[in-house]
Amino acid sequence: MTAVGSPGWSRRALGTGLAVVAAGCLAACSAAPSGEAAAPSQQAGGGTYTIWDPYPQYDGGSAWVKLLETCGTQAGVTVERTGYDTSDLTNKALLAAQQGNAPDVIVVDNPVISTLAEAGVLTTTAENKLDTSAISPNLLGAGQSGGNTYGVPIGANTLALYYNKAVLDEAGVEITSVTDWASLTAALERVKAAGKKGITFSAIGTEEGSFQFLPWFWGSGAQLTKLDSPEGVSAVALWTDWLKKGYAPNSVINNTQTTSWQEFASGDYAFAENGTWQLANAKEAGFEYGIIPVPGKNGGTAPAPTGGEFVSIPVQRDTARYATSQQLVTCLTSTDNSFTTVGTLSYIAPTEAVQTRQVAENPELEVWVAAVKAAKGRTGDDLGTKYPKISEPMWGAVQAALSGAKSPEQAMADAQTAAASATQ
Amino acid sequence: MSRIVQTPAAAGPVTTSRDRRGRVAPERWAAWGFLVPITLYLAVFHAYPLYRNVELSLRDYTVRSFVQGDAPFTGFANYLKVFGDATFWPALWHTAVFTAVSLAFQFSLGLALALFFVNNFRLSAVLRALFLVPWLLPLIVSASTWAWMLNSDSGVVNAVLGVVGLGPVNWLTSPDWSLWSVIIANVWIGVPFNLVVLYSGLQAINPAVYEAAALDGASGWQRFWRVTFPLLRPVSAITLLLGLVYTLKVFDIIWIMTKGGPSGSSTTFATWSYRLGFGNLVPSFGPGAAVGNLLIVTALGFGLLYVRVQRRREAA
Repeated sequence: MTAVGSPGWSRRALGTGLAVVAAGCLAACSAAPSGEAAAPSQQAGGGTYTIWDPYPQYDGGSAWVKLLETCGTQAGVTVERTGYDTSDLTNKALLAAQQGNAPDVIVVDNPVISTLAEAGVLTTTAENKLDTSAISPNLLGAGQSGGNTYGVPIGANTLALYYNKAVLDEAGVEITSVTDWASLTAALERVKAAGKKGITFSAIGTEEGSFQFLPWFWGSGAQLTKLDSPEGVSAVALWTDWLKKGYAPNSVINNTQTTSWQEFASGDYAFAENGTWQLANAKEAGFEYGIIPVPGKNGGTAPAPTGGEFVSIPVQRDTARYATSQQLVTCLTSTDNSFTTVGTLSYIAPTEAVQTRQVAENPELEVWVAAVKAAKGRTGDDLGTKYPKISEPMWGAVQAALSGAKSPEQAMADAQTAAASATQ
Repeated sequence: MSRIVQTPAAAGPVTTSRDRRGRVAPERWAAWGFLVPITLYLAVFHAYPLYRNVELSLRDYTVRSFVQGDAPFTGFANYLKVFGDATFWPALWHTAVFTAVSLAFQFSLGLALALFFVNNFRLSAVLRALFLVPWLLPLIVSASTWAWMLNSDSGVVNAVLGVVGLGPVNWLTSPDWSLWSVIIANVWIGVPFNLVVLYSGLQAINPAVYEAAALDGASGWQRFWRVTFPLLRPVSAITLLLGLVYTLKVFDIIWIMTKGGPSGSSTTFATWSYRLGFGNLVPSFGPGAAVGNLLIVTALGFGLLYVRVQRRREAA
């Protein structure tokens, strides 16, 4: 699951220790002497290949781990798999690379790819000969920078709007009438007039907040390279307006996607912006729900950011290992196995062929497939490691506007100044 | 401890630690041997991380140079960057307010409760134990509970305020209130520590002094200001110092409740340091370490001040 997408994400972030301890860790974690001549992770032809993934919830008996083992057997090697916490994995990978014992295959959250690539930790598809021709270009974008591709998406998820049928019926709103921002706002107004609550989302001051804001930002036609464009400001103004008029609760400023979902699950809200991963919870919510894509400002489907992981092959001293690693990755992402994998991880497949199969099996996924097709990688558009430096001022601006500290115009103008100086 | 170490020396023949040819006597080796574990422990777990943290703050680390280990030395550039950052002055102010207000309330509430409990009465032990609960709870539990209670829309605090006719307050989501909300939670968590230490300090005061004061006709108010308070001063000083060090570095409560927001309105140095080092997809290790070091230096400064005051008092 994506770093910002998984329900357990916030709790993990919360568990982190004191900042001073953290500062100590800054030191201790990087304590290995740099440039030390470390042995490669395994000897060539040793027959054991290491795989790291961010799915600690799957143990040895799970379908995911069994698939890894099967792929290992097919490639004639033993697979040694370790599941890490998503938030740990980036630092673990950087440290391992520093010490020269990176895993043979790594599965990481897509926006992390550009960071690892920037650090020189990952091989390009030109080096490792992975075939990416079947992958949807919009999904592959998150793994590309400077003309190179650094991995294959294993599956994707994204955001859409869940709605509560009973609440909409009570307010007399026909869901098909909701096609753009104006009609959505009108629907919220009627819901509020009927004594129910409008919409909930997550505008928390972390990457999660940017993740949720992006469909509206991109849906307005704005570009991340210019936060304070009139379009960008209109997206912040839309949210601010909803809060002012009471269409969205004030608590969204502190909501994670999980707490936002809990608000929706209370049954009082008409809409909630949330991800594919809540489908199972939606079935348990105890009321009839539906899903529509996030509408663009003037209609159509707004591009939502893609979530989901990439499979990559980290740089090894012994380049002869790439051939086997490539076999392992190809096995994981081949059409048949991809179907199993995305089923296990509750993702939408990155290839057209498997997407079709998913919809044939479960028609409910159709809206998600459409949303994933319209989605964009956050680090795409050749932003790469610039994205995090734009994202931080952006979520700050959203918070400033929603909390009333600044006007939407002022907030976005300040954010653009900060982003420009951070990315220059 | 020292007695045990001395025993073999006392039992053996009396020797000087070095003989005439300058060889180190065996018992001296043994003494050094006993020192090795603690020295190693201090070096590995305290000195080296501190050294690395200082080094980290003096180099220009990017993810690439972190992996390659060739980060260029940039002197105080990270510190200048931190000082020049728009977050610096607000964060400094928030840290000062958070620390000062938390300490003032924790100490005065703790002292008031300690005075209350020092007169043993029925159930006083039970009540005192209840007051310790905040201390025993894991911080993530208490901070999350506070966050729920202070939730703008579904929190119990706003529900109660609504009953008495006061409008809802956006405790965690308004820039005017977020800092006060985390201070309230922090005071609640810090009172038990002050209560326990001050209570034991009060018990150490000789009752004869109070009797003498009572014989001299001192009122309750005078007894407190003329007897209790001065005699409690050493304990108060160490309580405040420890409280200061704890409060300066408070991170989890703020991070769990507000993430330093909205829009930086509850950001302190501790949360800022974490955000720089770990809160972004591309970590800024250098500036993060620089902010962490500023915190360490501040705590150290107050520690030295305490030691100096203590020495002067002992000398007097």
